[in-house]
This record gives sequence, structure tokens and C-alpha cells, in this order.
Amino acid sequence: MLETIYHIISQYILLPLTIAIFPLDYQTEVMLFLQTMIKILAIIIPVLITVAYFTYAERKVIGFIQGRIGPNRVGLFGFRLWGLGQPIADAVKLIAKEIIIPINANRSLFIIAPILSLAPALAAWAVIPFDDTKVLADINAGLLYVLALTSLAVYGVIIAGWASNSKYAFLGAMRSAAQIVAYEIAMGFALVGVLIAAGSLNLGEIVNAQSGSAIHWFWLPLLPLFVIYFISGVAETNRAPFDVAEGESEIVAGFHVEYSGMAFSVFFMAEYANMILIAVLSALLFFGGWLSPFQGIIFLEEFFSWVPGMFWLLAKTSIFMFLFLWFRATFPRYRYDQIMRLGWKVFIPITIVWIVIVSILVIINLPPWFN
Amino acid sequence: MTQIIFYIFGSILLLSATLVVVIKNPIHAALFLVLSFFSSAAIWLLLNAEFLAIALVLVYVGAVMVLFLFVVMMLDINISTLREGFARYFPLGIIIALFMMVAMSLVVGSDYFLSDIYTQANISSTQSNTKLLGLTIYQDYLYHFEIAGVILLVAIIAAISLSMNKTKITKSTHPDEQVLAKKNDRLRIVKMNSEEKES
Repeated sequence: MLETIYHIISQYILLPLTIAIFPLDYQTEVMLFLQTMIKILAIIIPVLITVAYFTYAERKVIGFIQGRIGPNRVGLFGFRLWGLGQPIADAVKLIAKEIIIPINANRSLFIIAPILSLAPALAAWAVIPFDDTKVLADINAGLLYVLALTSLAVYGVIIAGWASNSKYAFLGAMRSAAQIVAYEIAMGFALVGVLIAAGSLNLGEIVNAQSGSAIHWFWLPLLPLFVIYFISGVAETNRAPFDVAEGESEIVAGFHVEYSGMAFSVFFMAEYANMILIAVLSALLFFGGWLSPFQGIIFLEEFFSWVPGMFWLLAKTSIFMFLFLWFRATFPRYRYDQIMRLGWKVFIPITIVWIVIVSILVIINLPPWFN
Repeated sequence: MTQIIFYIFGSILLLSATLVVVIKNPIHAALFLVLSFFSSAAIWLLLNAEFLAIALVLVYVGAVMVLFLFVVMMLDINISTLREGFARYFPLGIIIALFMMVAMSLVVGSDYFLSDIYTQANISSTQSNTKLLGLTIYQDYLYHFEIAGVILLVAIIAAISLSMNKTKITKSTHPDEQVLAKKNDRLRIVKMNSEEKES
């Protein structure tokens, strides 16, 4: 269905428009540019809508876990609808609020910081395959690209903390920088394990290397790496229980104390977009991406063969997104020195050992994964 | 199309690299260094050197410069004193820059600069660049690579042992002791009768 919509837009709107406006020499390039733009919008808009409703889901889920109802007042078109209008009301409120820039803040850096934190979170989606064919940029080094872009997210936090000219913000930025650098190494090593197991850096090929059945997915041979990857992902996105960078009880709100209105909400969107990214990557790298969980089971495989691959990917992603919320409602905040200990002294040694084990498994062609 | 992109990133690279040297504020200088790393990574991508480009972003932009910024932000640098030496050291800087330029052109030479060996046609874009690089390092240059690894390991150990100061009293905690601590070791419950209210 998505292909048909894309085809209609591309053939009946963009093509006549390009032919009408641009000279013949540039038409192919302009067409390619416009098609890419359409594809980018087709990824970014659903991501941003998901971000908006993820905040609603978070409040609802945590509400139910704590025996409350959560937001249920704002409806749509006069119906209450369990409060589904809440994200829209929040967005309108945040857009209408004033953006206050502190007098002694570094103006240009203060404004650029939220942009720097949201941009990599969205840019990383370029290489995420939603299906066998649906991917914006099918590059060879896809996994490295994702790792590089997620490592850029720390700049938004550091620059925001420094440019605000506030001690709380600065402390938050320092904590966040140390934490992200520590967990990025463990995360990188976990991804090295995936790359050894799949023999490729291309995300599509990594998913295809897992085909067979739910047992063939990499979560089983790479179980320690998967656990470490996901926990590091929680730490990288500064989510509870690793949210010392915000630490309300000690440093007010950490690096974004001085931000208000839309500038604050861009930070908020970046955090949620990063969470969705970590969730979708966990699904792709360890849980077979768009592959059906009923693959290889005699009767069920045919029964569910009509379900599009994208549905399975989104379903797996939703489970991991739910885990983020569950963690936040369940665990108390980590003490700072324990965070550092866990990152450097526990995760990194385990990942190094497991990379060696995975290499041995690959060399001996252990079935059913590596034959 | 490729040329337009090259000129955009090339001019960003030159501008930001100049600003790293010229600009007053050290934080801004560090951030411009990040920008110049980033734009040179983009130029490498145009040469189909995707692995090197992404490694540059991952290692230098994502890790090294973060720690660098971390240190620069922690130091309380007085900007006016930093500016004083600029005019005095400027001629020396020019001489060093010229010397480095001559040295680099002797090494690289015109074999590479004006030839077209780096055009798209000569570099295979079909095969994964990462794989080719890996095969070269781990098959042809295995010993060189391993020796470099050992040297780096020695450097790491040396840096750690230099920064570890045994005589200083640290506040480092020992998690094993913390976990093993029992209630009885630290807590003493005293039973006493309630006191009479005075007067």
C-alpha cells in the first residue's frame, strides 16, 4: 500500500511538476532530489507523531503501573477518547510559550544546542530498513553510521550545559558527557559482536542473516551482548534509572534547566526519538527485524504470511519502547559512581569476552546460526 | 553534483579550520575543530572512503573531542591573557606552517595531487570498503598492526600508572565491602527506658 501511495505521488505529482519547471538537463537530478525528500518525510513525520504519542503512552503506562489513570481530560472533537488529544494540547502549549535566553548565556550556542541534539537522532533513521526493500539509504557501513550518529547526540547536551551559564546545567552536562562516553564503548563492542555474527555492516544483510526461525535470531547466541546493548541504550538516552544528567532531586533538571518553550521541547523530542531508535535497533540487530516470529513453524507460517514485514518490526519495536517505560516506573536512580563502575568495570570486560566467544562460534560454524 | 557538494564541504572545512586558530574563545575553537572534522569526513565520503569517514566521526568527533571539550570547559581560562601572545608568535607559526606544507608536498608530491587516481571510476564502490580495509590490515599488514596495538597498550598502562597516585587519600569506594556489609556490623540497637520529664 505504501509503495502505491509513493508511486502515485512520484508519477502523477512530482514528475509533471519537474518536467514543467526545470530544463531537460537537470530533470533526473531534480527528480531524484524530490523523491528522496518524499521518502525522508515519509520517515520523519511518522517518527515525530510516534514521539508525541510516546509521551502520552509513557504517562498512561506509568499511571497504570502506579495505580493512577494518567491524562484523560483532553479529547478530540468533543469526545474524551481516553485523553488522546493530550500530546496535541502539550505541543500547542509549548509552541505558544516564550523562549527565555538567560542574559549571560552564550546566545548562539544556547540556540544551536537543542538542534544539535535532535538532528542526529533523526538523521540516524536514514539507514534503518523497514522491510526487505524499504530503506532510504542502503549503505554498506550502516551499523557504523548509526553508531557514529548516536555518539554525536552528546554535543547537544554538553553545549546546552555550558552555554546556559548555570551551575546546575553545567553539572548535568558533565555527568551526561562522562556517562555517554563510558557506555558508548560497551555499546560499540556489543555491535561488534553483531557484526561478527552477521558478517556484514549493512543492516538489511544483518536481518537477513537471522532468517530461519525465532531461534535463528541473534538474541540467543548474543544474549549477553543484547542485554548490555539495551542497558547501554537506556544509559545513552539518559533515561531512568540512568538519568543522573537530569537528577531533579540534586540539580533541578540538569542540562536543560534554563530552556523553556519550544527549545525545551526539542530536547524532549530528541530524547524520545533516541529511545525509539534504540528500540528499533534492538529489534533489527537481535530480534530479526521484519522477519515473522512464526517463520519455520509449519502451520503458523502460512497462516501469518499475509502480515507485512513492517508490522513485525513495529511490533518488536513497541515491546522495547514499552521496556523503557517499565524501567522508569520500576527502578530507582543509580548512584553516580555505580553507573561508572557498571559501564567500565562490568560491561566492557563482558563484551570483550563474549566477542571472543562469538568469534569461536563463527569459526566452528555452530548450527543453527553460523552454518 | 558531486563537485557542488565537494566545494560546499571544502569551504566549510577551510573556514572552520581557520577559525580554530583565529577565534578568541577556546570553547568556540574546539567546536570549530569538531565542525572541520565533520566536513572532512563528508569529503572522504565523496571519495567512497566510507569506513574512514565514519571512523573519523565516531572516534574523533564522538569521543576524543567530547573529552577535549570536557577538559576545556572545566578549566577557567582567561580569554584576554590568551590573546596577548598572538602577534608575537604569529611569524613563528607562519614559518612552521610553511615548513609542514613543504614536508607534506615532498611526501605526497605531484604523483597524487593532480592525477586522477582518486576519481570515482578507480575505486570500487560495489564492494564493501570496510571489508577491503579489514582484509588489508589483517592479512598484508598483520604484524605492523599488532605492533601498533602493543605500543598503544603500553601507552595506556603508562598513562594510567602516571595518573594513579597511591599516596593521596582517595574517596573511592569498594563495592564488595559495601555489598557484604551486614546490619549487625554497623547498627547497634540500644534498649532503654523512657526518661522522666524533668520538672
